[in-house]
Amino acid sequence: MISWYAAVGAVEQGLLYGIMVVGVFLTFRVLDFPDLTVDGSLPLGAAVSAVAITHGIHPLAALVLAMAAGFMAGMVTALLNTKLNILHLLASILTMIALYSINIRIMDGPNISLLGARTLLDLLPETGLVGYGAAVVLYGVLATGVTAFVIWFLHTELGLAVLATGDNPRMITAQGVNTHSIILLGVGLSNALVALSGALVAQNQGAADVNMGVGTIIAGLASVIVGETVFGRGGIARGCIAALLGSILYRVAIALALGLKWGAFAFTPSDLNLITALIVVVALMTPFIKKRWARL
Amino acid sequence: MIRIEAYTQYFHRGSVNEVRALQHIDLDLAKGDFVTLIGSNGAGKSTLLNGLAGVHRPDAGRFYIGDRDVTQWPEHRRAACIGRVFQDPLVGTCATLSIEQNLALAVKRGQRRGLGKGVRRRQRNFFADQLRILDLGLEKRLKASVGLLSGGQRQALTMVMATLMEPEVLLLDEHTAALDPKTARQIIDLTERLVAARQLTTLMVTHNMAQALALGNRLIMLHQGRIILDVRGEEKAGLTLEDLLERFYTAQGEAFSMDRALLC
Repeated sequence: MISWYAAVGAVEQGLLYGIMVVGVFLTFRVLDFPDLTVDGSLPLGAAVSAVAITHGIHPLAALVLAMAAGFMAGMVTALLNTKLNILHLLASILTMIALYSINIRIMDGPNISLLGARTLLDLLPETGLVGYGAAVVLYGVLATGVTAFVIWFLHTELGLAVLATGDNPRMITAQGVNTHSIILLGVGLSNALVALSGALVAQNQGAADVNMGVGTIIAGLASVIVGETVFGRGGIARGCIAALLGSILYRVAIALALGLKWGAFAFTPSDLNLITALIVVVALMTPFIKKRWARL
Repeated sequence: MIRIEAYTQYFHRGSVNEVRALQHIDLDLAKGDFVTLIGSNGAGKSTLLNGLAGVHRPDAGRFYIGDRDVTQWPEHRRAACIGRVFQDPLVGTCATLSIEQNLALAVKRGQRRGLGKGVRRRQRNFFADQLRILDLGLEKRLKASVGLLSGGQRQALTMVMATLMEPEVLLLDEHTAALDPKTARQIIDLTERLVAARQLTTLMVTHNMAQALALGNRLIMLHQGRIILDVRGEEKAGLTLEDLLERFYTAQGEAFSMDRALLC
């Protein structure tokens, strides 16, 4: 079993990356737009906020800057897709690759340390929250707030147009909606959330690194699928909440796997990709297995 | 009211597969005209509707709705004045959204969509009233997902959505062709009632000649991208199925003899 310390850490990670997962849910499930930009926009958010903080900008303002940068990255992918007619998957890979160079330019190097700089965690004592669990509470509030915001947005007039664009573009065009603008908005918003997640991760771990985004999309998809498998699909609110909870489950599952020991064998962090792939496979298999059991 | 001027439409222009779908079509619809549009496969019926709706970029021609020249307007902008129902009952509605959400999307056709609530409480009575006309009990299932409805129910819902905000022109593209005969009759009946109640200018494509004769005040026959028959009012009322078939086969015969002439 894992220690209490590791469990809290996993939940913390689940909440931080949960904001990214809600963003992935927005593109992958709502807009039906598989978006790999996130592998670049997560470190983009980290880089922008880290550079902002080291230049003396308030940690909260740094988060806003990170979101703006993420939104623009998403818009680039959406523009490549809608205006230049490049396949969504390819368009997002192009942006992702370009962001690698851009992130290094932003940080003026492959990584940047926040050692000694004032981050979000240093603001905690000011709010009266102290002690070991304070960070988890803060991240919980943030992640819940973001999820609530997305649920609210998807129930507005504009949000309904986003849902319809993902479901039936011909129908919503006939209802007078420019699907290109909606894709721009949706993919932008999704990447703003991913960048926010990256910025929070950087502030939490005290560093931003250009490689911290590798595998973001797979972790995001794994979390979305785990959430759907455990909490079910159906309904927008349910889907968003399942995405956030799925993220926590995913990180706990990873922590559990890393804590396993069979004699001399133990998983190492480098086995994470394999574990993630296995989790996704198992999650995808579950509906079939359930059906098989129901028949017996 | 609706004017199409010298509309020519090619597909795959410049390639070996080049098709001239429509040749120099001129068409004027008066307000309240209910036009049935017939013709064999490939005659250009759907192309004409799609051209007016802005789906295709015309190779030549101009479109006017009201007194506005909409030729340069993209499809989503023209939607502000056009209600459309498609052949495929799945195209007109969103399966993952509820009935009331679909209706809410239709209420905002052509208007700015903001951050207000998508479905407002006081809209629900209005929606229920509109659905009651259908007599399908949908007014009691406002929160049900549209994916649960049958093809006929979805097409009926699409009809309501297309006419809800009184479009300047209603385009029906073989909207009963994919339905079973009984459901098709119900949708035709509904079409008549909705069009009559709101005095909608309507352009309806159909494969069914009897239907084309029975409905509307004007009938247009297309053949190989040209209008070969345009009758209205009393003349249309006096038209029989035999007359229509004769015109139809004459037109096809001409094409046939031309082919023969080419071979000889």
